[in-house]
Amino acid sequence: MSTLLAVDTLTRRFGGLVAVNAVTLDLRRGEVHAVIGTNGAGKSTLINMLSGEISASDGRISLDGEDITQRAQFRRALAGVGRSYQRTTIFPEFTVLENCRLAAQAATPRPWAIWQSSKQCATSNAAARESLAAAGLDAVADRIAGTLSHGAKRQLEVAMCLATNPRVLLLDEPLAGMGAEETERMLGLLANLKASHAILLVEHDMDAVFRIADRITVMVNGTVIATGDPASIRTNPEVRTAYLGEDH
Amino acid sequence: MQRISHFIPLLCALALAVLGPMLSPYMSDLVVKVMILSIFALSLELLVGMTGLVSLGHAAFYGIGAYATVLGSGKDGGSIAVLLPLAMGSAAAYALVVGALSLRTRGVYFIMVTLAFAQMAFFVFHDTALGGGSDGIYMYIRPVLGALDMENRRVQFYFVLAALAGTYGFLALIRRSRFGAALAGIRVNEQRMRAAGFPVYGYKLAAFVIAGALAGLAGFLVASRDGVVNPELLAWHNSGEVLLMIILGGLGHLRGAVIGAVAFTLLKELLSTHAIVGPLADHWQLTLGLAIIAFVALLPKGIIGIASRISPKGAA
Repeated sequence: MSTLLAVDTLTRRFGGLVAVNAVTLDLRRGEVHAVIGTNGAGKSTLINMLSGEISASDGRISLDGEDITQRAQFRRALAGVGRSYQRTTIFPEFTVLENCRLAAQAATPRPWAIWQSSKQCATSNAAARESLAAAGLDAVADRIAGTLSHGAKRQLEVAMCLATNPRVLLLDEPLAGMGAEETERMLGLLANLKASHAILLVEHDMDAVFRIADRITVMVNGTVIATGDPASIRTNPEVRTAYLGEDH
Repeated sequence: MQRISHFIPLLCALALAVLGPMLSPYMSDLVVKVMILSIFALSLELLVGMTGLVSLGHAAFYGIGAYATVLGSGKDGGSIAVLLPLAMGSAAAYALVVGALSLRTRGVYFIMVTLAFAQMAFFVFHDTALGGGSDGIYMYIRPVLGALDMENRRVQFYFVLAALAGTYGFLALIRRSRFGAALAGIRVNEQRMRAAGFPVYGYKLAAFVIAGALAGLAGFLVASRDGVVNPELLAWHNSGEVLLMIILGGLGHLRGAVIGAVAFTLLKELLSTHAIVGPLADHWQLTLGLAIIAFVALLPKGIIGIASRISPKGAA
């Protein structure tokens, strides 16, 4: 398995607070790499640094061997780093299809071609349809996104990320607030996606994490305290005391 | 219904083209004034309604376009082919500078920064000899290009009408294009647009410069009509009025900007005419203000919102 995204001693300081402290991890194609930790462990800050929303204070991020630490967020997205947000971040007043089509158009924006209709862009329509089908949303393609159920909005969040045709998926709590059935569907989707993508999953649902993850990284106060397969994480004494608690 | 509604702007333009010669000089002059303001309002609609950037300094670009026309024409007058690009280019150039700096801020700070830059331009013309100071400056001969002589009222009328139709068509194309879709996306959710891979800052700057250039076009037309410019063109209340126009008409629709310009001008005309409102006409600013408060309170989606109240699908 080849490493797609490599993170080397990545650090982020906010004033005196070290939110992420020398984190080193890698994401490989064909693998779901889960990052778990209590609230405030620095998981979201880590994702924000990887996607380019906030800059790193120190350390290095490389995508397929290329240093992207200083690259702007949109350039990383175009290079294949897709992300979803913990707080649903969609276009509520557009239809579901329009949401995905717009995301897909980032790859072929051609903003000067004003004589061409956005609606009739065949490439982005195809990409949007494909991502909606993958996320199980084709039945609601013409609904206004803001009227969807919470679970469907979370699916749309992931579908929009897929529409940009990324190689790396950074998913920030995709299961938050989802019902059992929706969770199953999302886990099925992730299992399908992992063959062709490198996936970083930040998630609080421990049952789901231990089912789907190939590797787990545990963070406490911005620092990685353990990385390994689910079985070794489950039995790691440090992790048990720091995070999982004795009942796990 | 939807199909017919697409043709309404075209029908209005045709009606004006046919009616033009039949209008009295007063009416013709009023229509030209409203058409120029409509172009100005449309240029701001690109920023506020389409991109979600509320600027309170848009009159600067209008005024710069007007000043460029007069300053560029000299004693022997000038060619439209030179003065029109000069007016739009100067406005676009200032918009590039203002946009590059102000677009690093957002929300109320953006409003303040655009206002500050507009005030700067205002005082440059007001307090220096560059444009004749606070009295402004006259144009000796209006712009000409072959048979197109802006001294001629008929030519003026059709030239302004063509400019309005062109601006409207251009913005309608932008709206349906991928560029327009991206601007709409930026208005609704900038964060997601960045995450999808759009260079958001570049898009906003492009919209700002295009809007500045179109305001410069309106400035060229107003200078060609009046034959005189003064710093009031760039004043902050002019920026406020054009913002009121598009809010009054209904944000998010091109026709809203035109309807707003028409309604605002007519309202102002009506409330300042002694024959209609009597002595109240001396206090037209007060009555206009009250009328606008009433309009906005009763029609939160603007005048265009009335159409969508009647038929839920509404107009585009």
